[in-house]
Amino acid sequence: MPAMTYLEAISDALREEMRTDERVLVMGEDVGAFGGAFKVTDGFVEEFGEERVIDTPLAEAAIVGTAVGAAVVGMRPVCEMQFADFVACGFDQLINVAGKTHYRFGLAVPIVVRLPSGGGFSGGPFHSQNPEAWFMHAPGIKVLAPSTPEDAKGLLTAAIRDPNPVVFLEHKHLYRRVKGEVPEGTYETPMTARVAREGTDLTVIAYGAMVHAALEATDDLDAGVEVLDLRSLVPLDTEAILASVAKTSKVLIVDEANETCAAGAQVAALIAEHAFEQLDGPIRRVASPDVPIPFSPPLEQAVLPSVDRIRDACRDLLDY
Amino acid sequence: MGALSRADRVELLRAMLLMRAIEARALTLYRQGRVPGSFYDGFGQEAVSVGAAFAMGPRDRLCPLHRDLGAHLVRGVEPARILAQYMGRASGVTGGRDGNVHFGDPASGVMGMVSMLPDMMCVATGMAMAFKLRREQRVALTWFGDGATSRGDFHEAMNWAGVQRLPVVFVLENNQFAYSTPLAKQFVVDPVERARVYGFPGVTVDGNDVEAVFDAVRVARERALAGKGPTLVEAVTMRMHGHAAHDDMRYVPPELLAEWAQRDPIERQERRVAQLGVEVAELRAEVEAEVEAATAEALAAPMPDATDAAHGVFAEEEAEPLGDGRAPWSGFAAEPAEASA
Repeated sequence: MPAMTYLEAISDALREEMRTDERVLVMGEDVGAFGGAFKVTDGFVEEFGEERVIDTPLAEAAIVGTAVGAAVVGMRPVCEMQFADFVACGFDQLINVAGKTHYRFGLAVPIVVRLPSGGGFSGGPFHSQNPEAWFMHAPGIKVLAPSTPEDAKGLLTAAIRDPNPVVFLEHKHLYRRVKGEVPEGTYETPMTARVAREGTDLTVIAYGAMVHAALEATDDLDAGVEVLDLRSLVPLDTEAILASVAKTSKVLIVDEANETCAAGAQVAALIAEHAFEQLDGPIRRVASPDVPIPFSPPLEQAVLPSVDRIRDACRDLLDY
Repeated sequence: MGALSRADRVELLRAMLLMRAIEARALTLYRQGRVPGSFYDGFGQEAVSVGAAFAMGPRDRLCPLHRDLGAHLVRGVEPARILAQYMGRASGVTGGRDGNVHFGDPASGVMGMVSMLPDMMCVATGMAMAFKLRREQRVALTWFGDGATSRGDFHEAMNWAGVQRLPVVFVLENNQFAYSTPLAKQFVVDPVERARVYGFPGVTVDGNDVEAVFDAVRVARERALAGKGPTLVEAVTMRMHGHAAHDDMRYVPPELLAEWAQRDPIERQERRVAQLGVEVAELRAEVEAEVEAATAEALAAPMPDATDAAHGVFAEEEAEPLGDGRAPWSGFAAEPAEASA
């Protein structure tokens, strides 16, 4: 198996799907001649042409809205928001048009909206956000957030083949920092959780970049810490979450997103409701406080969940 | 090409009569407490949806607005399913999941609207983008109101369609009021004039003349099929009822309503059709009987199964795109592109 970066794996999935399914097209700001702000679609316009790799006007509502229109007449559009934060401009089309159509009259809307998300590199308040919870709260939209190159490729492939609107969160911090073996050819990763490391004393639940932070934070702890990588937030793998909690009886949930009503809040509620009697300690959370992600490195590092904060929270729970 | 046959002209009238009869009956049902929520009709605007939809081929795709019931009728959606839709019945087009004209029967080639206006302009633009990409001889059409021209989606769709020269027809249904807000508080420059700055023509037609609307949209469609890009057609009309059934529209000057009442689109088409020797009273009676039967059928339909409320949020199967719709204009029979499609 070749080793690829997270970014290369995403490109690979897109390229493979475009090669095998002529209905798949890529659209967004600067995705064509420039190859995308992060170069995910580098070389695509040369291989697939300008008609399937569409440099669009700077118009996020229209990017999502036209993708819906193309989808309901038989295409499989993959939209890129240049940064996840900008999806706020296309929010209405995603929530009210894409998300509600199948429920209302049985018409499927197979679109993927790729969101380069997350902080850690001084992107500031408009280029660092983790907006996944917005979409978890809106019925009819699947929400995926892979942490490894292998899963990034398999989940994006699954997203493109899925008959529903899918929001695909690709963490910018992982793009070039994470490298791993990726199977050749095409494959779909199931929209379920993955045990990133087994353990029996404590479960840390995370997704995206926080999976790597959780693994690093618990690597040298003198305890068996299980790290559960959610991979998919909608659908949420309730079974895997409850199984891990039943095994370890202690749980820490890590979100890079702002704390209130984050994905982790939903996971905490789920555990409190269904696994209360299996717990040997309080459900603990580490997340970004409810502030915009600041620009200057010391401020940003003070906000984002750090390896140290995660490790401290684990120690507290293990001692409980 | 482009002439309306005698049968076409009768069909235009019949669709408008059917729309008005269904909506009149629905208002009665609303007052009887059988239509939950509120009820939104297109009384006085029948020519806009009927005339425009009539100009579209079976493989074209439509995104109508809430006062465009006529488009659904032209495409072949049955009156009983529409009345059941209004009453939240299981046999309604959305099976009770959405109300009033918030529906699209996928089999008819129509995508249902959302309340955020004019979101469907972007959707129709995307349909047209796919048609152009696949080199198909097809057009997308959508309607939107005067108020909707104030929102950003209007700009984004107009600009995008212009930049990509897409086969899309935008029909601006200028009915003088957005709820209670008159045109003067919505814009300074008539939106039809904006088309030019997006790089395509804008034309204004009498929205109460169904044949004029048909003709303007037919020309716009042919222009789109010829690869010349979008057209904005402004159909000037009047909303003769309140925004919805609960709205007494005291904000509309009575003399304005009286003036527009003289220009009723149905009466105008009736005069034309009568001159062709058609017995209009008979046609009216047929439509009334059809709506009567449809009402009985809809009233007999069950309410939806409450245990079904949480189902169907996600599609489980490979997506089934919009199907082809009915396109009754006789002109399509002579079009080789449509016949072979």
